[in-house]
Amino acid sequence: MGELKLMKGNEALAEAAIRAGADAYFGYPITPQSEVIEYLMAEKPHERTGMVVLQAESEVAAINMVYGAAGAGKKVITSSSSPGISLKQEGISYIAGAELPCVYANVVRGGPGLGTIQPSQADYFQSTKGGGHGDYKQIVLAPASVQEMADFVKDGFELAFKYRMPVLILSDGVIGQMMEKVDLFDPIPRLTDEEIVAKYPWATTGKKNGTERRIITSLDLDSLKMEEHNKHLQAKYREVEANEVRYELINCEDAEYVFVAYGSSARIAQKATELARKKGIKAGIFRLITLFPFPTKQMQDLCKKGVKGFLAVEMSAGQMVEDVRLSVSGCAKVEHFGRFGGIVHTPEEVLRAMEQKIIGG
Amino acid sequence: MSMFEEIVKPENLVYEKTRLMTDKALSYCPGCGHGTAHRLIMEVIEELGMEESTIGVAPVGCSVLAYEFMNIDMTQAAHGRAPAVATGIKRVWPNKIVFTYQGDGDLAAIGTAETIHACNRGEKIVIIFINNGIYGMTGGQMAPTTLPGMKSSTSPYGRDVEMMGNPLKITELIAQLPGTYFVTRQAVHTPAAVRKAKKAIRKAFENQRDNKPGLSFVEVVSNCNSGWKMTPNDSNKWMEDNMFPYYPMGDIKVDGQLVK
Ligand SMILES: Cc1ncc(C[n+]2csc(CCOP(=O)(O)OP(=O)(O)O)c2C)c(N)n1
Ligand code: SF4
Ligand SMILES: [Mg+2]
Repeated sequence: MGELKLMKGNEALAEAAIRAGADAYFGYPITPQSEVIEYLMAEKPHERTGMVVLQAESEVAAINMVYGAAGAGKKVITSSSSPGISLKQEGISYIAGAELPCVYANVVRGGPGLGTIQPSQADYFQSTKGGGHGDYKQIVLAPASVQEMADFVKDGFELAFKYRMPVLILSDGVIGQMMEKVDLFDPIPRLTDEEIVAKYPWATTGKKNGTERRIITSLDLDSLKMEEHNKHLQAKYREVEANEVRYELINCEDAEYVFVAYGSSARIAQKATELARKKGIKAGIFRLITLFPFPTKQMQDLCKKGVKGFLAVEMSAGQMVEDVRLSVSGCAKVEHFGRFGGIVHTPEEVLRAMEQKIIGG
Repeated sequence: MSMFEEIVKPENLVYEKTRLMTDKALSYCPGCGHGTAHRLIMEVIEELGMEESTIGVAPVGCSVLAYEFMNIDMTQAAHGRAPAVATGIKRVWPNKIVFTYQGDGDLAAIGTAETIHACNRGEKIVIIFINNGIYGMTGGQMAPTTLPGMKSSTSPYGRDVEMMGNPLKITELIAQLPGTYFVTRQAVHTPAAVRKAKKAIRKAFENQRDNKPGLSFVEVVSNCNSGWKMTPNDSNKWMEDNMFPYYPMGDIKVDGQLVK
């Protein structure tokens, strides 16, 4: 049992980074996630745990600081919001290519372009289909509460180091800004330098006489070797798909109509489900926790139990819905509903969409 | 005993390749300055006994494969981002020695922001900057340091400063920042220049070892005989006649004080 606190999602994420034993945070301010670096600067984690916090000159610099420090075996985290995450993409591709562990958070705002500072879920494609260049994947965790903003930092680091790949916490302006009670996990001590050297033989921690030196790179001019490397990455991603799927079924035991949602849309869908049940509609929620790996099989299985239709609810013009369609694969009707560009849908709107597009349609 | 074995004895040794250069054949064009600069850095690291504590950062450019030749722990950075990558490493391993090795396109075009801000924060790292006035790697395009009137594949009629801007003296620029502690400009095309350059590189690494307040920056004005489309000898002569007047040799800032 940790410590109970009332916090903003962004603050919970920042506090969790300190408690998870992170060695460094590198970031650049952008609304609606600036509280992350503000909280860290105010908390002086260098005094609490020795953690480094640095405001970089840009998101580009920040992600490359992450790349350097992660390559040197340290636990590193960064965060930003949509435009800043776009800037980080080259670095994330390098991190994936060089197989380095890191956690980063996107507190999504409406786009495209500078867009708006209001919440959005329109970065789903960027998060799950690549984002940067090349054939790579990253684990994507979607918190739906302030509690999960904290917990997923800890889980994210575990996954990042287990698979040596970037883990994205895909949040949004609602989760980042709202205040909720959070049960903070007990602090995990930072690894000592000696522990890092012993634990991560792949990291650039300085050459030891007689031992092989370490090289962190994503480059191989020999295409056949590059193909082998890509095959290795793909095998790793299949392993992640087999082992790390996370989701939550709410009211699905007898559900005929299922909302598929993640993050704040899952919270809204929860309210919509309550409203639906009051009207006698057997509604449930398939809440995605990992967006990659996507719970394809689990969604199929649920469908076969007698679901008549799925409504993909997301604050975008329709991105996640494509993966829902692929997963459901014709077993039931799939439609999309979502406000976007910074507008958050209401539970009433969500229920109406279910009634019109799925039940009545 | 063959004559060879009689001669090759420790007491007859006058020059030995540093073991911090791998045996891999350099990928550089014959006559290019990159290889000499590599060797000097590795000699300094060996002489200062820093082999086990140094982490190098390779750029994108002809020296992208520096990690194949420099026999120490190395990280390969995205184009222009080496100072940020080095910052990340140094901040979490403050007791390690961290350096970047970068070309002019890498350091003074795409990576200008990272260069200036690493210098401005006074990161305790060493930056080795190979200025050959051209993008060697990608086939000889114009660099931020290409001289006025100088031909390249993207300034085929010579650099027109009205249209393409003036060559960027980024070394003089960063010397103005309080975060830089040692800023110098060197060359590696003659034995005398090599000796001076090595001394400067040594000083840069000593500054970091001694935790001196700020960044040490060594520019090496170098040739790109292939990109300049000259023989190695002609390119060195051309460099002396054209590059050196624009990029004058010598220290610019020593021990945190401007000397030029
Ligand atoms: C983001 C990105 N943009 C462009 C390139 C292509 N590119 C590779 S090397 C290079 C220029 C390197 O020139 P310089 O830094 O002067 O190094 P040199 O080869 O002259 O030593 C460019 C433009 C790249 N690899 N990545
Ligand atoms: S292209 Fe120029 S910089 Fe590159 S190796 Fe050849 S001579 Fe050197
Ligand atoms: Mg160049």
